[in-house]
Amino acid sequence: METILVSLGGGLLQAFEPLNLFMIFAGCLAGLFVGCMPGLGSVNGVAILLPVTFLVPPTAAIIFLAALYYGAMYGGAISSITLGIPGASTAVATVFDGRPMAQSGKADKALMAAAIASFIGGTVSIVLFTLFAPPLAAFALKFGPQEEFALMLLAFATFIGLGGDDIPKTIFSILLGLVMAAIGFDIISGQPRMIFFDMVEFQRGIGFLVLAIGIYGIGEMLWTLESTKGKVQMHSVNITWARFKENLREIKDYINSTWIGSVLGFFVGTLPAAGATPASLMSYGLSKTFSKDPESFGKGNVAGVAAPEAANNAASTGSMLPMITLGIPGSPTTAILLGGMIIWGLRPGPLLFTESPDFVWGLIGSMYVANVATVLLNLALIPVFIRVLAMPFTLLTPIIFMLCVLGVFATTDRMFDTWIMLILGVGGYLLRKLNYPVAPAVLAIVLGPLAERSLRQSLISSQGDVTTFVTRPISLTCVILAVLLISYPLIQRMMRRRAEAQT
Amino acid sequence: MTVRTAELLMGFATLLVSLGLMWNVYSDGLRIGWVEGRGPGAGMWPFWLSLGMALASVATIIRWFQGKTPESRSTEPYIAPETLFLVTVSALSILVLLVLMNIIGTYLSLMIFMFFYVRFLGQHTWGMTMAFVLGAPIFVYLLFEVALTKYLPKGWPIFEEGFLWIDNFRWEYF
Repeated sequence: METILVSLGGGLLQAFEPLNLFMIFAGCLAGLFVGCMPGLGSVNGVAILLPVTFLVPPTAAIIFLAALYYGAMYGGAISSITLGIPGASTAVATVFDGRPMAQSGKADKALMAAAIASFIGGTVSIVLFTLFAPPLAAFALKFGPQEEFALMLLAFATFIGLGGDDIPKTIFSILLGLVMAAIGFDIISGQPRMIFFDMVEFQRGIGFLVLAIGIYGIGEMLWTLESTKGKVQMHSVNITWARFKENLREIKDYINSTWIGSVLGFFVGTLPAAGATPASLMSYGLSKTFSKDPESFGKGNVAGVAAPEAANNAASTGSMLPMITLGIPGSPTTAILLGGMIIWGLRPGPLLFTESPDFVWGLIGSMYVANVATVLLNLALIPVFIRVLAMPFTLLTPIIFMLCVLGVFATTDRMFDTWIMLILGVGGYLLRKLNYPVAPAVLAIVLGPLAERSLRQSLISSQGDVTTFVTRPISLTCVILAVLLISYPLIQRMMRRRAEAQT
Repeated sequence: MTVRTAELLMGFATLLVSLGLMWNVYSDGLRIGWVEGRGPGAGMWPFWLSLGMALASVATIIRWFQGKTPESRSTEPYIAPETLFLVTVSALSILVLLVLMNIIGTYLSLMIFMFFYVRFLGQHTWGMTMAFVLGAPIFVYLLFEVALTKYLPKGWPIFEEGFLWIDNFRWEYF
């Protein structure tokens, strides 16, 4: 415990270095902006802005992106409440009660509850993160390639078992990402693989950022253009100092749902397939169940705004836990962060705590500071962000497209990749319209090279004996859990059928 | 095209892609099984995973015929006619931007792209249009060329020379 506190102190000091502090504020602002724009969320912001962060050292870069991640969670609530359109999928549940509150002239109260709940959710989850991360990383040091592979299998199994999407489509998405990661030279034998049409450009493979920017930049903007048609209807917000103080006193109305959301959000966030969106929906459901007045949910109950907002913030921190300690991202956003860390020359996983303690603790320290910075910026800038929301899509879209094209070019210095980005973006959009989940593909292209290497290393060391994955206790546990998760939808269906047959 | 038709076509398209990937690995002569003394072959991972993709596509097609997915029962249009224009034009505008970047360079093509998007699609004022047309290349120049030291595509030599002539001012005076 003492070592944790000492390291945390060092991390906090690092977060207050001028460059890092600047990055925290810049990240929070960028996050609030992308979060409040309908259609853009943390994942889009992180994907589009990652190439720009090569300007600064890795620690400052990840601090910026992590701050953006939080900011986006706060920002999502602004458009959910004032526009009735979730600023990001993570803020869907905030619309349920946020919208009715805005309609009855209580938008300011909803916005404040969202900010305060987000702050509490963020803080609780960072404390949990600080407590859990070092022991988990120390435990994960025992992992060999067998455990690594089993863990990745488990990560993908969560998409099948808990993702809630069509199962064959989810499997297709995962496998497509894994196969795309294999394009280019084989890491072990050095043989070129899948060089389509004999184009030499494929020898260097398809970078994860090309897919991520294609899907979350181009594809998402096309999706948003289609769903909003560029037109939105906004509610006015009345903010005065007197109302601010009055709203502050009403915290007791929603403090219980905030606690529920904070703790639930953190743990749900650590699961790769779950993340902030299901966490916020689950926490909304739970607070409704435990509420003394469940009838008022959906009609403008402030607890219905606080619960999902606390949960989505907590989940964003939660999803960093497996990324930092195990090298398995807990959400699409952390998948892109993980890919970024590889570009920066860091090796995500348990060794990070021993090899780059400054990086890890700087990040953790910055989380505390970023959380305070975001709540202050959020409360102070609500009027500004409401202005920003009135910005027409025909101005935002060309900027995003420009950043996507140049961002991809800047990472790889090849026009070829920008073509691939466009193809993947349009393809992703068309697939998404048919309910193919795209997040698993992004996670898979990041984890693909690691998964293939650990599988082949395990098989080489066991002389081709596949039982190596079930003879080691940790790997066996992961495999069993993965099998259970994969068969969970089947079991669920059988139970439902039996229940129907009985009635 | 309805969502229903689109799902079936997509199912066949993904199946074809998967089979194509398998054929690609196989025809390159990559070993897909165990190589004695060396371990799993280089083609093992992509080949068997592509087979999984093919099976998942077949499952989607079967489920389509059984009417199990909501999409297979939906007769809504795949892309609504009123938004088809906006989406297609947006995607095409990026395509044209990429083509132009190879010919007239990043900056001129960005100016044309911004003009098209802001003035033609967005119907914004001339003031706003000019702010985007002039602001975008300046922002890109400062961020990518100056700060990130990236040499963005300059197009054909004549356009590249034109750019270098302007870029020279930076080195002479700053």
